[in-house]
Amino acid sequence: MADNKAQTLKIREFPVEENPEHTYLNAEKGIWSWLFTVDHKRIGLLYLFSITLFFFVGGLLALLLRTELLTPAQSIIDADTYNQIFTLHGAIMIFLFIIPSIPAALGNFFLPMMIGAKDVAFPRLNLASWWIYIFGALFALYSIITGAVDTGWTFYTPYSTQTGTSVVSMTFAVFILGFSSILTGINFIVTLHKLRSPGLSWSRMPLFLWSLYATAIIQILATPILAITVLLLAMERILGIGIFDPTMGGDPVLYQHFFWFYSHPAVYIMIVPAFGIISELISTFSRKTIFGYWAIALSSLAIAFIGFLVWGHHMFVSGQSELSSVVFSFLTFFVGVPTGIKIFNWVATMYKGSIDLKTPMLYALSFLFLFTIGGLTGIMIGALSVNVHLHDTYYIVAHFHYVMMGGTVIALLGGLHYWWPKMTGRMYNELWGRITCGIIFVSFNMTFLPQFIMGSQGMPRRYFNYVDQFQGLHQFSTIGSYILGLGFMIMLVYLVWSLFYGPKASSNPWKARSLEWMASSPPAHHNFEYTPVILHGPYDHHQPIREFHMGVAKEADEQTTEAERETT
Amino acid sequence: MGNHSVATGKKSHLQHHFVDEDQQFESSKFGMWIFLVTEVLMFGGLFVAYIIYRSWHPDLFYMAAQELDVALGATNTVVLIGSSLTIALAIRAIQLDKIKAGINYLVATIGLAATFMIIKYFEYMDKFGKGIYPGSAYSYDGIGHDMAVNFFSIYYMMTGLHGIHVVIGIGLIGWMTIKAKKGLIHSGYYTPVENTGLFWHLVDIIWIFLFPLLYLID
Repeated sequence: MADNKAQTLKIREFPVEENPEHTYLNAEKGIWSWLFTVDHKRIGLLYLFSITLFFFVGGLLALLLRTELLTPAQSIIDADTYNQIFTLHGAIMIFLFIIPSIPAALGNFFLPMMIGAKDVAFPRLNLASWWIYIFGALFALYSIITGAVDTGWTFYTPYSTQTGTSVVSMTFAVFILGFSSILTGINFIVTLHKLRSPGLSWSRMPLFLWSLYATAIIQILATPILAITVLLLAMERILGIGIFDPTMGGDPVLYQHFFWFYSHPAVYIMIVPAFGIISELISTFSRKTIFGYWAIALSSLAIAFIGFLVWGHHMFVSGQSELSSVVFSFLTFFVGVPTGIKIFNWVATMYKGSIDLKTPMLYALSFLFLFTIGGLTGIMIGALSVNVHLHDTYYIVAHFHYVMMGGTVIALLGGLHYWWPKMTGRMYNELWGRITCGIIFVSFNMTFLPQFIMGSQGMPRRYFNYVDQFQGLHQFSTIGSYILGLGFMIMLVYLVWSLFYGPKASSNPWKARSLEWMASSPPAHHNFEYTPVILHGPYDHHQPIREFHMGVAKEADEQTTEAERETT
Repeated sequence: MGNHSVATGKKSHLQHHFVDEDQQFESSKFGMWIFLVTEVLMFGGLFVAYIIYRSWHPDLFYMAAQELDVALGATNTVVLIGSSLTIALAIRAIQLDKIKAGINYLVATIGLAATFMIIKYFEYMDKFGKGIYPGSAYSYDGIGHDMAVNFFSIYYMMTGLHGIHVVIGIGLIGWMTIKAKKGLIHSGYYTPVENTGLFWHLVDIIWIFLFPLLYLID
């Protein structure tokens, strides 16, 4: 195919007034054209809308928890309700928000565009995975209405087999959501293997795609284990099969092994796509070729691999053998190596770069700061003796939120601002973007830094009351969480505002080099009017963009127009 | 693996986002293989549970396996291997445009799969009749072991999940039969039946592991 390029196009930047009138947004009209679309861009937006909704639901629950923690005794809700709310906060944020967040929303939108494809390999399967996700969300909703769940998002046995709350419907929700996640993973792997444009070799793949590739591998290898685990848990409750029940000869620790064999790799499903976004942001806003391309690309795969070998570090005090605890602790430190490689390469990319502190770059810098704290505290609690002291305290809560919110959510926000002009064709307000990033950064630290201190002093997690000495820190944390909530509300307002009143965006406002910026903003229905032949790398900042060229695969082009004629 | 669109006069099945039929066929097949990996891993969880419980109670597994009917299990093994053969013949026939023979082989596969389920039904009913239920409803006292229910919980989970896959397989093969009758699969486009065949072989091979692990403990 590569020798097929009959002509070379110079990359052209679409000025605002030249952006085409026909885009994926107005290709079809009406609500059904959205709900049953097979266009990966629209499906990406469907996911973006859904995860935003669940993020606000989960966030409201978190604010409720923080409000309860204003006073040492009961403030507004009783202990049982508190248990249900922190479980729902965890389950919604994990299964409905953060796992699908970056891959299914931004990944769906940009993965095909970044490789010059018209769509993912299986567009209908892609739509099905969104519907399965909604179906799973309905199961979760049903569980909430019929008595909620109070087990924590980990559903540990034997409590989860005995509690009177609706565990079965929630586990089915998790089963179904996992299926949706698997289908997205299959789609991405096949698309990356089979649909790359001519000239887009593995070494020219943007690092965001390498991270999505590593994520997809974890999704397909780990999620089936979750499926069988929750299936066994459901059967345990329905039939009492006793596999996890000590009174019937079962073993509750086996449940924990099964659960963390999925759920530890799952935290890499959550964080690895964030690494990919940061690579894009740092290179683009430093105007520099990424430092250590292969080191960053392969470290994603290394994390995916090592991530499968460390699940036992969640169970240091659960009664596994001392030897396995030592081995798991030792292996846990290894995760720090590829992660450290990434951080050093990002910093090296910025060195002597021409750094432009636009909103996405501010988020990238926040990420470096917050994720480094989250990552290093992770090494600390991976150490056996420290872990025994800090187990089940707020220290763990703070660590988890520093990596998941300070890492994944901050990177998601950076990516959202970065690609906003491409997705919507409108620019957000840069000043408000920067102010909000500042608010979120400061208030995030206000919320979670005190939790490290409380945890190290012995404040246990999942408690709805506490001893008086922690009141000052708890109140500080709660006030921080309110400001954090305010920051997200401001963001919602200015982003929605920009949809209607924001200035129109040009095709490449950030002067980025990867392929999605070579299409118009917003992109056309089929992304590109031709099958592009790629002649440049995704980070070729050493070359001015006016010297960029792109080949056109002639034959493929003719086939496309034929196919288009058929479909229209 | 070639699936060239040489068959002129037949409707093109090329979706707009693929460059050619080869790319489309290889993508579908690759996707199917990845899906099979996830299936193997899901069953893998049950196999791990099996290994752990068998290492804890080797005597129980020996005693409980005596309750299973080796003759019926062996018959079912032969039936499933036979069905793998017929579906392979069906794919071959459709690749060669012998649609009629292909349909016959597909129907034969459905027949064998149904036979498997019927035999499985009688096995289950025989167990239920003795009071051998999964979980807390277990009331059989013919096995002199406290943890006897454990074996049967695992037995029912493994064979039950496998049975669900057989039913899904019957549905898929039925769908392929309809496609073949409508002339939608032929030498120019046989991706769906090929992928169905891959799924069916997986269902077969899982049973080939289940049969000795559950029935032939010595």
